[in-house]
Amino acid sequence: MKLHIKGGRLIDPANKIDALGDLFIADGAVVGRQVGAGGTAMAGFTPESVLDATGCVVCPGLIDLSARLREPGSEYRATLESEMAAAVAGGVTRLACPPDTDPPLDEPGLVSMLAHRSRQPGFARVHPVGALTMQLKGERLTEMAQLAEAGCVAFGQASRSIVDTQVLLRALSYAATFNFPVWLQAQDPFLSRGVAHAGEVAARLGLAGVSVAAETIALSGLLQLVRETGARVHVRRLSSAAGLEMLTAARKEGLPVTCDVTINHLHLTDMDIGYFNPHARLDPPLRSQRDRDALRAGLASGAIDVLCSDHSPVDDDAKLLPFEEAEVGATGLELLLPLTLKWANECKVPLATAIGRVTADPARILGVPDYGLSAGQLADVCVFDPQAYTAVTRETLRSQGKNTPFLGLELPGKVRYTLIDGQLAYDGTQD
Amino acid sequence: MFSTNPQVDRHGELRHLLSIEGLPAALITRILDAAQPYAESEQKKQPVLTGKSVFNIFFENSTRTRTTFEIAAKRLSADVINLAMNTSSTAKGETLLDTVDNLAAMQADMFIVRHGSSGAPYLIAQHLAATGRNHISVVNAGDGRHAHPTQGLLDMYTIRHYKKDFTNLTVAIVGDVLHSRVARSQIHALTTLGVPEVRVIAPKTLVPAGMERMGVRVFNSMSDGLRGVDVVMMLRLQNERMQGALLPSTHEYFKTYGLTPEKLALAKPDAIVLHPGPMNRGVEIDSAVADGKQAVILPQVSFGIAVRMAVMAMLGGKA
Repeated sequence: MKLHIKGGRLIDPANKIDALGDLFIADGAVVGRQVGAGGTAMAGFTPESVLDATGCVVCPGLIDLSARLREPGSEYRATLESEMAAAVAGGVTRLACPPDTDPPLDEPGLVSMLAHRSRQPGFARVHPVGALTMQLKGERLTEMAQLAEAGCVAFGQASRSIVDTQVLLRALSYAATFNFPVWLQAQDPFLSRGVAHAGEVAARLGLAGVSVAAETIALSGLLQLVRETGARVHVRRLSSAAGLEMLTAARKEGLPVTCDVTINHLHLTDMDIGYFNPHARLDPPLRSQRDRDALRAGLASGAIDVLCSDHSPVDDDAKLLPFEEAEVGATGLELLLPLTLKWANECKVPLATAIGRVTADPARILGVPDYGLSAGQLADVCVFDPQAYTAVTRETLRSQGKNTPFLGLELPGKVRYTLIDGQLAYDGTQD
Repeated sequence: MFSTNPQVDRHGELRHLLSIEGLPAALITRILDAAQPYAESEQKKQPVLTGKSVFNIFFENSTRTRTTFEIAAKRLSADVINLAMNTSSTAKGETLLDTVDNLAAMQADMFIVRHGSSGAPYLIAQHLAATGRNHISVVNAGDGRHAHPTQGLLDMYTIRHYKKDFTNLTVAIVGDVLHSRVARSQIHALTTLGVPEVRVIAPKTLVPAGMERMGVRVFNSMSDGLRGVDVVMMLRLQNERMQGALLPSTHEYFKTYGLTPEKLALAKPDAIVLHPGPMNRGVEIDSAVADGKQAVILPQVSFGIAVRMAVMAMLGGKA
């Protein structure tokens, strides 16, 4: 199929492009790009279809470094079909899924199966993150080399900690042997037993607190082991200003560490728990305004590499419970782009920089080849209208998870088209 | 759904009693005023809630609180149904909101709820509102570590009874504030009613982070904290807290934070001593104090019934 995306604002952070122009696509790849006036044809290219992108931004498809699909094991909460529909509706064309499926992704056969199941037309590309230890128990290493062959791009523990530091050291060393990236959340297993940030709100609401030390103690140990092993570590779901400071210092020192923050932690604080809103029950817990402000500034400066959705569909039965009993997690695939734009608007971050945090930067962490809007690169494209709004309601969310603290809000930006492999995977012009 | 305070309606009237936080001083005073005739009346039956069904839904064991609610409801002529949920359907896997739906279908007018998780009564009130059953009132009879508003109110009634005016008092709350829903309700009530100095006295392990932001002064020693106070409010130390890493032993706790006549002597000579019960003698309080003339622990119990009657009458629309 030959496509002409006509007259949009092309933003391609990897190729450092931000200009009005036209994009030409054939056989699943970008074949040409014309920057300048916008709305012009390309000599010798006869499109079969023209997508009007006037007033829209045309950027590479979004990459989400953390999206739970709940397959295998929890198909009652979400299926590949429902979550892929959510992904493409959110302009996400590629995502990494954490290993905490049921059973966990600790066995090459499971990973092959998931990779195979997700390789369907109209689906976003799925990159499984393999389990670092068997059953995520933090005891025995997984067959990382074979898991990588089956399709794992990195290894991690999802939300589980490795309690035994000897095992953690060995896991990092073994991963470093093959230069496999390790994605971990910095959380001390003992200090993270509460349900809300240890502060004024938790004190007032009578919720068990999680001190910032839960993050900094784990991070300090982790950085020490990175120094020792040289493992490439990506720190997931950073939550505190103090944690960010430690990571920034570590990078200055030259350690091979990167990090991400979730859309929830970028926008919300513990105050948003309000009257025990179980949608604000998240892991790590929402922290103070000081922490959130530091995370917002860090993402703008690049001290934090990536913004992810941390998409976690939870069914109502597990969510509509008293705050401390409610399961952690929020749906997010469809909110990643709107919340990127909201942050950019509120913090006066240039649009191209903001888009980079959900496109080029996660592509760099994943090591995706041929990603961008230049000739020869894969035609995974998102076309969105930055002036339109997305209403977040139970009815409009395509994900099976309707759980999000942003429910009921109107957020900036609306996806018009999502292309995967040069094929239209989502057409939002009909909504 | 979870962003607005559901306990006061748009006219400022009480819809539910979920927490003292957010109640205006005038409304608290109205509840205390409404309790006074009940406290002073000899009459044991009043036709205030005739024909109304009050459901005591207790997900946590309690004899004392459940009984006082039951007595209060019966004195107001309501029909009382007691449900001990830990032995009932929730143990069979029914969700909290399913239980609520079922009980609501039995034409309940009021739910008195005790639950082990902070915020559970909010979830119930919000669910009732979302499903168009606003006529059912919810009274929080203690939720997790969060709130025990009728206890807070009866404590205020007791203080007002003995001290008349809140605006010249120094009040000390002593003990396990970290796990105490009673302490949180007391703090909100005292600060709202204009008590100029509310103190909290406890070892650092039993004070949550950010405590001082609730408007209290935190003391770690009894000798500093009790000096010159008008009211001492003791908290119960749960047995299960006594082992482990929070406190080394009951013996040491009593030595450092137990209220003895010697420590009480640091307070004003006319200071009163409150305790929400049940007391652990020799753990948080010495028998000489518990049975002494400064203790007002038994009057608290009788006032508690009057205050609960006032709250129920107000929610039932007749106060």
